[in-house]
Amino acid sequence: MTLVLNVDGVRHAVTSADDTPLLWVLRGELDKNGPKYGCGAAQCGACTVLLDDAPVRSCVLPVSAATGAAIRTLDGLADADGALHAVQSAFVAEQAAQCGYCTSGMIMSAVALLAETPRPTDAQVRTALDGNLCRCGAHNRIVRAVLRAAEART
Amino acid sequence: MSLSVVSRRALLAGGGGLALGFALGGAARAVEPDRPLPGSLANNPELDAWMRIDADGAVTLLTGKVELGQGVLTALTQILADALDVAIEPIRVISGDTGQSPKEGPTAGSMSMPYAGAAVRQAGIETRALLLKLAASRAGAPLSALRTRDGAVLLPDGGRLPYGELLAGQALRRRATGLPQDVPPAESRHVGTATPRRDLPAKITGAPAFLHDDRPPGLVHARVLRPPSIGAQLVGFDPASVEVLAGVIMVVRDGSFLAVIAEKEHQAILAHEALRQAARWREISGGPNQDTIQAWLKARPSEEIRIVDRPTAASSVRIVEAAYSRPMLMHGAIGPSVAIGLFEAGRYVIHTHSQSVFETAAAIAQMLAVDPGSVRLIHRPGSGCYGHNGADDAAADAALLARALPGRPVRVQWSREDEHGCEPLGSAMHVELAAGVDARGDIVDWRCDLWSMAHSTRPGGQAGNLLPAPCLAQPFPAPPPRVIPAPNYGPDRNAIPLYDLPGQRVTTHFIRESPVRVSSLRSLGAFANVFAIESLMDELALGAGADPLAYRLRHLSHPRATELLLRTAEAFGWSAYRKAPGRGRGLAFARYKNLAAYCVVCLEVEVSTETGVVRVLRATAGVDSGAVVNPDGLRNQIEGGLIQALSWSLKEEVVFADGKVLSTSWGDYPILTFSEVPPIEVLVIDRPDTPLLGAGETAQGPTPAALANAVFDAIGVRMRHLPLKPQSVLEAIASAAG
Ligand code: FES
Ligand code: FES
Repeated sequence: MTLVLNVDGVRHAVTSADDTPLLWVLRGELDKNGPKYGCGAAQCGACTVLLDDAPVRSCVLPVSAATGAAIRTLDGLADADGALHAVQSAFVAEQAAQCGYCTSGMIMSAVALLAETPRPTDAQVRTALDGNLCRCGAHNRIVRAVLRAAEART
Repeated sequence: MSLSVVSRRALLAGGGGLALGFALGGAARAVEPDRPLPGSLANNPELDAWMRIDADGAVTLLTGKVELGQGVLTALTQILADALDVAIEPIRVISGDTGQSPKEGPTAGSMSMPYAGAAVRQAGIETRALLLKLAASRAGAPLSALRTRDGAVLLPDGGRLPYGELLAGQALRRRATGLPQDVPPAESRHVGTATPRRDLPAKITGAPAFLHDDRPPGLVHARVLRPPSIGAQLVGFDPASVEVLAGVIMVVRDGSFLAVIAEKEHQAILAHEALRQAARWREISGGPNQDTIQAWLKARPSEEIRIVDRPTAASSVRIVEAAYSRPMLMHGAIGPSVAIGLFEAGRYVIHTHSQSVFETAAAIAQMLAVDPGSVRLIHRPGSGCYGHNGADDAAADAALLARALPGRPVRVQWSREDEHGCEPLGSAMHVELAAGVDARGDIVDWRCDLWSMAHSTRPGGQAGNLLPAPCLAQPFPAPPPRVIPAPNYGPDRNAIPLYDLPGQRVTTHFIRESPVRVSSLRSLGAFANVFAIESLMDELALGAGADPLAYRLRHLSHPRATELLLRTAEAFGWSAYRKAPGRGRGLAFARYKNLAAYCVVCLEVEVSTETGVVRVLRATAGVDSGAVVNPDGLRNQIEGGLIQALSWSLKEEVVFADGKVLSTSWGDYPILTFSEVPPIEVLVIDRPDTPLLGAGETAQGPTPAALANAVFDAIGVRMRHLPLKPQSVLEAIASAAG
């Protein structure tokens, strides 16, 4: 069985079984690094990718449900020429990580938020990221980074 | 990722480099006897152990310490760049590779800056001095007329002698002397500045920044089926139903150690589920649970260790007693543990996110019954770890499975359930304090009795401390846990207050057994001990009719502590504070281990007496960690430590019974989320000319006490048992009223 996925603007034929969670296909077949395994149960947000601009937990989404959608991962967020997305630059500017394991999920959730709400308040950022866990305690830096990115884009 | 097994350590030991000849002379050592070498240099005195300068000028820093998300490698390159006077960006770092790195102890206990930092600084300073002397003799110029800049010696005539050219690829082959160097000093350009983290660009672009992202050719995926509870025995298992599954390469069984290796990761996950269905276990039931653990601690036979006993002649007019406790807590890395092992040509190479590559390599060699030299561990970044978690156990899993499938790299990934269920927990503790006070309410006598299980069962070279080892057909029983003595201490870390206490007796009741696995969690016993001490200080201040800040100050004769308390309180707005109904403020202080960084935490909370919910409105933390290498890195550590400690204090408690951890998902073990994290201001006191003091754990102790003190200020109810969950707050309110 072959499925076709559109990931970061490139079409890929993948051979994983239909019910394989998208996360394992992205990491295992397409060698994506951004989406991370954290819980496999939609409880931590580490695996967050965008499906047609909406954040999804790729650890619980069967790959067959992702065909036909534009899938975006951290790996493909920067421009082809390497120019960082505003959210990525803001994460560097704010040094918004410690271990960085949650970072991909944070950035992807933030990109989705800013697409919907270009100028969020501090509280809106926190609400939008509440499902993304960070154990290192980088929360406030992450919020500042998202607000900074919003400012840079408008 | 290179899986080469060639050992640079062997090269170092075996020699082979050229000596730099007579140009350097041997004079420096003859004049003055060598000083004790600072930090990790004492055990690794060869300058070449710490850095390498290639003929093209490329500089490599070597360290046994590892990046855990705390920014240590950035800080060490800052130190080296200044000491050696080289550009910072191109410095390459080799960290935590038992085949190449200097042998340093675990990356733990807030000891990286005092140990590796001090070593790198001295090694860099001495190397630069040798380079200057070499240049002076080569150029025939007086030493005093030479300068250095960005990896080259600058000559008086405007010429440059790059370090790489001076050394021409030769090793230094010199031992450090520990002496100050009589050469023109380098300008400090990096230490003390907020240098951006080196590892961040890869982590924000999806480059392969983590061990989790490594995919060596031929990689296969494994999952281990953990026994369902401590001591469970595998009594029945038929591999047939698993072996037939798609992609399964082999099922591995060794005693009660059961695992599956498959071609693809998701195939391994499905096969793991099939293993679970096919395995039958005999379990041991009984033992305490999260509700009975405090009583259990006090009732178990324990070893009594009196860590301080100083009687006083002064007599007290009143004795104030109180008991405090903390539950079992989890490290809870966001990324479950992983390791990749390869067994080839009689040698093991294991990529791991262990904090203790050397000690874990030795433990693994013992488990495999092979020569220690044949096991090489190489650190790669993992998820933040906060203490002894599953990293070493996953490395042991990978070694066992690599042995079963020689020639192919085997990747073992733990599940979330494995990580929650099998990582060693931070021990529950029970602390009883009694303070005798004089007529003014000042403390004249202090008693502390604390009950705890172990806070360190790190591998430490012993196979039995690795999770799979006691399960093997030839089992390695877990060794009895060690007592960690002064000055670091374990359960009793920070049990001796820094205050002036005329009489003092502190007794540790150490319980060597444990119903579930326990080991080091960030700050060890300091979390509970400082919580207890700093809560009682507020209770005593209240009794003395004194302001909590003023009361502490009158018991302190440490000028740095006093200054930090005053400045942090001022930054928080302590004296100008206006109390609103339902709101309150709290403050707490400790110097981590009484020898590392000083930290003060001030919090403001709002408590709902209807729901029992404690909301932290804002926090101010002050830190004095001596000379600051990276102020932003330090702030990041303090913010992160404070948030994590708030999470422990407000929400966390591991549920367990019958030797089994029952909190096996984030649903069962919630942690602080964005909406619950308060704004945090960090005040840093930099003391450039003083020793580097580790700061990674210093916020853990003061935070819970500041929280409980603030809750008391808000609603007049004293919370002495962590965590401060809404239900406990409501019960405390009810019992205070009743
Ligand atoms: S891994 Fe998908 S939400 Fe945790
Ligand atoms: S930075 Fe480590 S989990 Fe968020």
